[in-house]
Amino acid sequence: MTAEARLGSVANYVDERTGAAAWMKKNLQKVFPDHWSFLLGEVALYSFIILLLSGTFLTFWFDPSQREVIYEGGYEPLEGLKMSAAYASTLHISFEVRGGLLMRQIHHWAALIFMAAIVAHLLRVFFTGAFRKPREGNWIIGVGLLTLGIVEGFLGYSLPDDLLSGTGIRIAEAIIQALPVVGSYLAYFAFGGAFPGEAFIPRIYTVHVLLLPGAFLALITAHLMLVWYQKHTQYPGPGRTEKNVVGYPLMPVYMAKAGGFFFIVFGVIAFLSAVASINPIWLYGPYTPGQISAGSQPDWYMGWLDGLVRMAPPLETHAFGHTISWNILIPGLIVPGILFTGMALYPFIESWITGDKREHHLLDRPRNAPNRTALGAMSLTFMIVALINGGNDIIATHFSLTINQIMWFTRFGIFILPPIAFVVTKRLCLSLQRADRELVLHGRETGRLLRLPHGEFVEVHEPISAEKAYLLTSHEQAAPLELPAVDGRGVKRAGAIRNKIRSRMSVANAEAVAKVSAEDLKEIDSH
Amino acid sequence: MSNEIEAIKDPGLPAHVHRKADHDPEAAKRAERQVATMFGISALGTILLIVSYIFIPDDLFIFIPVMGDQNAHQLGLGLGMAISLFFIGMGAIHWAKTLMPDTEVVAQRHEFRSPDSDRKEFVEAVKAGAGAAGLGRRSLIKKSLGAALGLSALSPLLLLRDLGPLPKKELETTTWKAGTFLVTDPGNRRIKASDLEVGAVAQVLPEIEHPEHRKLSDIGKDAVLIIRLRPEEFNLEPDRLAMTHEGIIAFSKICSHMGCAVALYEQQTKHLLCPCHQSTFDVTRAAKVIFGPAARPLPQLDITVDGEGYLVARQPFSEPVGPSFWERNSQ
Repeated sequence: MTAEARLGSVANYVDERTGAAAWMKKNLQKVFPDHWSFLLGEVALYSFIILLLSGTFLTFWFDPSQREVIYEGGYEPLEGLKMSAAYASTLHISFEVRGGLLMRQIHHWAALIFMAAIVAHLLRVFFTGAFRKPREGNWIIGVGLLTLGIVEGFLGYSLPDDLLSGTGIRIAEAIIQALPVVGSYLAYFAFGGAFPGEAFIPRIYTVHVLLLPGAFLALITAHLMLVWYQKHTQYPGPGRTEKNVVGYPLMPVYMAKAGGFFFIVFGVIAFLSAVASINPIWLYGPYTPGQISAGSQPDWYMGWLDGLVRMAPPLETHAFGHTISWNILIPGLIVPGILFTGMALYPFIESWITGDKREHHLLDRPRNAPNRTALGAMSLTFMIVALINGGNDIIATHFSLTINQIMWFTRFGIFILPPIAFVVTKRLCLSLQRADRELVLHGRETGRLLRLPHGEFVEVHEPISAEKAYLLTSHEQAAPLELPAVDGRGVKRAGAIRNKIRSRMSVANAEAVAKVSAEDLKEIDSH
Repeated sequence: MSNEIEAIKDPGLPAHVHRKADHDPEAAKRAERQVATMFGISALGTILLIVSYIFIPDDLFIFIPVMGDQNAHQLGLGLGMAISLFFIGMGAIHWAKTLMPDTEVVAQRHEFRSPDSDRKEFVEAVKAGAGAAGLGRRSLIKKSLGAALGLSALSPLLLLRDLGPLPKKELETTTWKAGTFLVTDPGNRRIKASDLEVGAVAQVLPEIEHPEHRKLSDIGKDAVLIIRLRPEEFNLEPDRLAMTHEGIIAFSKICSHMGCAVALYEQQTKHLLCPCHQSTFDVTRAAKVIFGPAARPLPQLDITVDGEGYLVARQPFSEPVGPSFWERNSQ
């Protein structure tokens, strides 16, 4: 029997028992558009699978307990020291279990890449407008996954109970403790008493290996089912419309590419783990609240949060026998809360401004949505300034600066730089639109100079292809919303201020360089 | 909404360009060999992994340029695994790109919105269902159900109560009492004032009966730094100066911002720096915050010496140590 015939009989076997043929025949031919930027979400998905596999391996030896033990393992510098069983078992995995250190490295690298891929995927989705109707729900699931990822990552690197991660837990405890009214109660409940206690690591272990992975699986499943059902978005171009989807069929091309890509991601992570050692917990020593290592840094996806906390001014309210720590609450809870809520609600905010309630399956080129692109650049600048401050001690030692200089730079920069980024990006987008317009109208500069009979030199321009001309002009340019302050009968409309804000934002949003129309081209041709 | 001007026409999908392997059997054969080679390299990677696992001892270090001394066992395992996985992926993708069909397919999308008739029937069905249950009329049922659901959410909250004890006054107290000796950490030895030279800094803990059973949660509140300056270097209020002993000043080591250990002491400037968020405290001015997010100075411990010259606390801390909390009276 040939391979095809054998596979055919498997299909037959399955259908006779499930009746799946009708569904399968349609979906095996499902079309997926091809673009490198669509791989970012896949990297996140594959890293998650790698995290499940490597994490399961680690649980076979890890002992999530803060019971005090005397270390008698193979690593001499720590011989005879008192430490928690969690830390001792992490040392055991690193030094005595063959391949254990590799698995720890794979798990940690995969977590870093998981978060990086999520962020990159989020930026792709944001800048191309893929979150628009009908995909707002999937955007919110994505924001949820990002948030859970940050928490899961933090809990994960807290488990070994080394000096660095213990310091991170200490800071988390201080944030809980800073909550007005209930703070010290919540902290005592979370830690089973005074910090650090012996309850926290076993508790976050359950959350890290059971509760959150379960939530991840549920959300990722919903995320993918929605992608499947709503069909993937595609970039604009000739032959691509809102009504179709152009790409490769699931079987066999997409299966081979996606399956192969999983192995590539796994291979690259294994390679990084083999040659680039991260989180060498044996160098940090066991956690004790009286000690610390200089240059304490969280993992990168927490860095912005730490940077915000570092740059906060020393602000506390002392009144009526109570203390409120604004220096913790504002950077640690309030600002991140506003940022993430704003991010989750962004699809609705944008559709409120544009008044656009239609479905969108064709992606935007970022330059054709200048306001959105500028807003993205602004948010990114905010995060980067915060992240820089999160590493201010490391940057200071590497670039011979003082921590104070970096801190003051970021304290002002966090307010000044994002708006500048907004304006610059918006102007850049409009300039790029202008360049597109030039290109369509006057063609490509060839670099060939022509001397005319009367002596003038001109550069020869070549018209661009019909495909390219279409690509550069196929986007929509919506006019701003018309929201007159009075309605048709001359009566002032309710919510005047709201209307005014919406109207002004809509005008700003519609700012664009007019794209070339067919008439424009005809006119040029007739010259 | 969209522009009424005439747009440039869609020229349709570009013509398909065939690959070499599509019409040249020689090229197709070559691609097949390339794919097989990659799968072969992957197999070699697995063999490297097995060999490393069994035969390379886990304490063998080898020198590799740029990377320095590397553990050969770990490196062999990691590289073997990386090669075995990476080349499976490369082979599969090369196969897809060279030999599987590469003509793009067009599928149609359908609007998600159902036909109007279905939508209408759906709304009717919802209304009929709600009507049959009497949701609109029986407001007593609705209200009592709402109240019951709301109340039932209390039970998981209540059941979590035993996660931990109440804080009581624990956050406000430490082990330090009047007359508690300062002991070294590590070592648990009492310290003579004369043992400490000018410019020296040491971490100390309160003396307890069984230091081998000292709890981390106590260290988290009790850790103290003592620093010896020349008495004239201080710039202190008289009451604070009275809390020092011959130039030795003692502060809580637990940061008043978020509880990290304030461990970096700059001898030149006499500043204490917290490595977590860079709050900086001036030792000569009773740990006044001179930079960073901390809003309060580090609490100062009142110290003196006993008859034999050993450092001892004259009083407990006069304020809670560590990060702020709601019940803290900071006035």
